Amino acid sequence: MSSAREKNKRPRSQHRSADVFSELVAHLRKNRGSLQEEWAQRISEARLLTAMSDEEILTETTSIYDNYVDVLETGAVEALQAYARNLSERIIPRGVETHEVIGIVLLLRDVLLRSLLRHFQSRFELLGRMLDAFEPAARRITVTVAVGFVHERERIIHEQQDAIRGLSTPVLPVREGLLILPIVGVIDPQRARQLTGQLLQGIRANRAKVVVIDVTGVPSINSTVANHLVLTVEAARLLGATAIVTGLSPEIAQTLVTLGVDLTKMNTVCDLRGGIEEADHALGFKVTRIDESSNEEKGW
Amino acid sequence: MQVPILKQGPYLIASVQAALKDADLIGLRDALTEQVGTYRSRGVIVDVTALDVLDSFACRTLSDIASMIRLRGAQTVIVGIQPEVAFSMVQLGLKLEGVATALDLEEGLEYMKRRTKRIHHGLYEA
Amino acid sequence: MACTKHEVRVMIKSDEDILAARQEGRDLAVRLGFGSSELAVIATSISELARNLLLYAKNGCIVCWAIESEPKKGIVIQATDEGPGISDVEAVLRDGYSTSGGLGLGLPGVRRMMDEFAIVSHKGRGTTVTTIKWKE
Repeated sequence: MSSAREKNKRPRSQHRSADVFSELVAHLRKNRGSLQEEWAQRISEARLLTAMSDEEILTETTSIYDNYVDVLETGAVEALQAYARNLSERIIPRGVETHEVIGIVLLLRDVLLRSLLRHFQSRFELLGRMLDAFEPAARRITVTVAVGFVHERERIIHEQQDAIRGLSTPVLPVREGLLILPIVGVIDPQRARQLTGQLLQGIRANRAKVVVIDVTGVPSINSTVANHLVLTVEAARLLGATAIVTGLSPEIAQTLVTLGVDLTKMNTVCDLRGGIEEADHALGFKVTRIDESSNEEKGW
Repeated sequence: MQVPILKQGPYLIASVQAALKDADLIGLRDALTEQVGTYRSRGVIVDVTALDVLDSFACRTLSDIASMIRLRGAQTVIVGIQPEVAFSMVQLGLKLEGVATALDLEEGLEYMKRRTKRIHHGLYEA
Repeated sequence: MACTKHEVRVMIKSDEDILAARQEGRDLAVRLGFGSSELAVIATSISELARNLLLYAKNGCIVCWAIESEPKKGIVIQATDEGPGISDVEAVLRDGYSTSGGLGLGLPGVRRMMDEFAIVSHKGRGTTVTTIKWKE
């Protein structure tokens, strides 16, 4: 990064570039107060950072401004990367979005640029050299902050996904020989594999002969997951268990048919209760209510 | 390596101990077919608990075993397929279609008793 | 016996070699820290690829090695041969190509099981199938 900065130092005239930069930085520092205010106002006009309070915005914009000018001065992007990560970690849970972060950095760049134009307009040649120096540095800063934010977001999403997957096994032993696997939410291929693994292990551990896979809580499935469901039913059979799929919404049933999934390979029942009844039947259970009055009929 | 085959009443139980070469699988098929005839067994249980892989050749041979045993008037059930093995098999498209399966030896014997009892009664009903 | 081999290479000339390739490949995967369900998939893939070599090719070889692509770690399983080559790769990769209970090919299944899959084949010159399983 610093070597790129070296390059920036020598666009036109080797000697004067260093001066140009220091004059640029000095100007930005001198006018810190008013430029920050202008920036904060532009942010609010653009309705960005609505998730944050005014004090928070003031604190963060102060830090960003100082970091921005520091990087312009030193070219040390590592410090900025660290700051960007840190900032992102703080604001992502607050609901700040990518477009907002990019937006405010671009607004700052705009504010600083206009300030340079206003102040140095009479010194045209110097202004030109300042812009030559400012533009690439400002661009690098914008990219660093934006990329840092996006990376942090992806990291957090990944962590959340792991946490969801880590929730204890959803395979429920209900009666002797009967397991229920309620599936809730959107299933991606990795989660599908995990669920199948848990189901098969559950069949072995519980010596289940019937498994009811309830997909009532699944809003939609794609062909990969649908085919995976068929494979799961087949794998369960290899372990000696019959699988009954319940809770297929009309939409999902339609999807399955359209995808050419062979529904004859699946035992389907429309709802969970029906599925359990069918399972009981298959297992040879009959569920009857214990009722006082029926004793009469038995002739006691 | 030969797979040990034990006679338990009217059934034969073949317990695979370790990964089998193609020739061993063929050998097992032929031995079972022969012994079902010799002992007039009603059922064959093949226990594959020890196998960590069931590839296309193994599945085809198990399928052949079931077919040939059926021709001899007996039932076959494959038991002990491990969860991970089962999942790999179905992903490869190996479903052992038409071949009975059960969780383990105990379940396999239960299955045999139910199935062969029906057939037995069917034959002797007046 | 401490064995720090990170590559496995087995020529496939008989069905015993299939077992050997499977075992050695699996051992490598164990050393690399793969879990039990991944091991089953890896061993089964090796078995199928090796069987194809036995059935259809000349001078087939299974090679397995560890691979790292920051931050992922995985195992590469490659089957190469100097056999007749596959004239219609598309057809072979179509699901249902192998008749039910059929032997070998099963490439769509291997592709389903493994994370990455690539096949290069030239009629008359041979085939190379390369697959990767990443550690979860």
